[in-house]
Amino acid sequence: MKEIKVLGSGCSKCIKVAELIQVVANDCGVQVNVVKESSPQVMLEYGVMKTPAVVVDNQLMHSGSVPDRKKVEQWLK
Amino acid sequence: MLSIFTKLADWLVYGVFGLVPDSKIGGAAHFFVEDTTKIFFLLIVMIYVIALVRASLDIERVRDYLAKNNKFFGYLMGSTFGAITPFCSCSSIPVFLGFTSAGVPVGITMSFLLTSPLINEVAVLLLLSLVGWEITIVYVLVGMLIGIIGGVFLDLIHAEKLLQPFALKAYETATTSDGEYSHRPILSFSERHEFAKTELLDILSRVWKWVFVGVGLGAALHGFVPGTWFEENLGSGQWWSVPVAVLAGIPLYSNATGVIPVMESLIVKGLPVGTTLAFCMSTVAASFPEFILLKQVMTWKLLAIIFFLLLMSFTLVGWLVNMASIF
Repeated sequence: MKEIKVLGSGCSKCIKVAELIQVVANDCGVQVNVVKESSPQVMLEYGVMKTPAVVVDNQLMHSGSVPDRKKVEQWLK
Repeated sequence: MLSIFTKLADWLVYGVFGLVPDSKIGGAAHFFVEDTTKIFFLLIVMIYVIALVRASLDIERVRDYLAKNNKFFGYLMGSTFGAITPFCSCSSIPVFLGFTSAGVPVGITMSFLLTSPLINEVAVLLLLSLVGWEITIVYVLVGMLIGIIGGVFLDLIHAEKLLQPFALKAYETATTSDGEYSHRPILSFSERHEFAKTELLDILSRVWKWVFVGVGLGAALHGFVPGTWFEENLGSGQWWSVPVAVLAGIPLYSNATGVIPVMESLIVKGLPVGTTLAFCMSTVAASFPEFILLKQVMTWKLLAIIFFLLLMSFTLVGWLVNMASIF
């Protein structure tokens, strides 16, 4: 099971990213736990300055835009 | 080039719908059609082009630059970067924290954050095409000046002491960047295009209603408020009209896209430029939703200081520009 955090202040893009990851995970049959994280402390912790950002198993993978599907598939491998 | 939108409005309003050019409804409808088509055209082209450029612009590089350079220059650079870096207000918290934790003084960070909503490429382009270059220049200079003076003032009063504890701690234990972002891969054109397309749809989906509201109000003012009303009642720049305009702008939260068509109408109707500028800046920059967001990293006291600082600067700007245009 992969722990995935979507960091962002709750704007429409962050919601889109969380939905996208869930959909891709379902399609690939991968178990994920997607959490939306809006706390500024957490953003500071990962050094994120552009949202939405994606953290997979405690590693910052992406920041600043809605990732494309291919990228999400790679994270879930 | 933009006269094509005037012709389109002529054709549609006077030709197809047969409205009379000198009538109230004819004037308002013409204003509405011309401005909405022009604004949407400019928005689509500008947002796409800017996003293409932005795909390769690093906020991290801006931060490193501001952290390294000397303070005096920092306010000017912070404000300049704020003006040229378009970014969504939802990133203001992470950007604030990113700058602060890199040791950029709070004043310089605020120079960046105060200027950013006031001046952006879309606002400048709309001002240029709707109200002319003279006012555009005044607007840009004033916007940057407010950012710079605000930043200097906040450092003078040691605003960092009024941050939330965790943000203060991040500032005090700041480390300079290790430059990990300088090795970011260069994006291919198709990746940039993808980014720009997503941005375009995202921004349009947020601002389209403001365009209609703004142009609608502008059109109503244009067609139905008698041409001499503003001139007779507020035309000589009565001193109280400026603070009233600033206060009126606060609850009217909008972005620049919605306000500029209203500005266009107000100026044409003879409202003094200073009063109009003050109203516009207050509407765009002093918005409650954004201030509530900043509460996550600042104490109420600091928020209140910044809020009054903004309101006072807008009022002063209004008065000064009105005075300057009398002489």
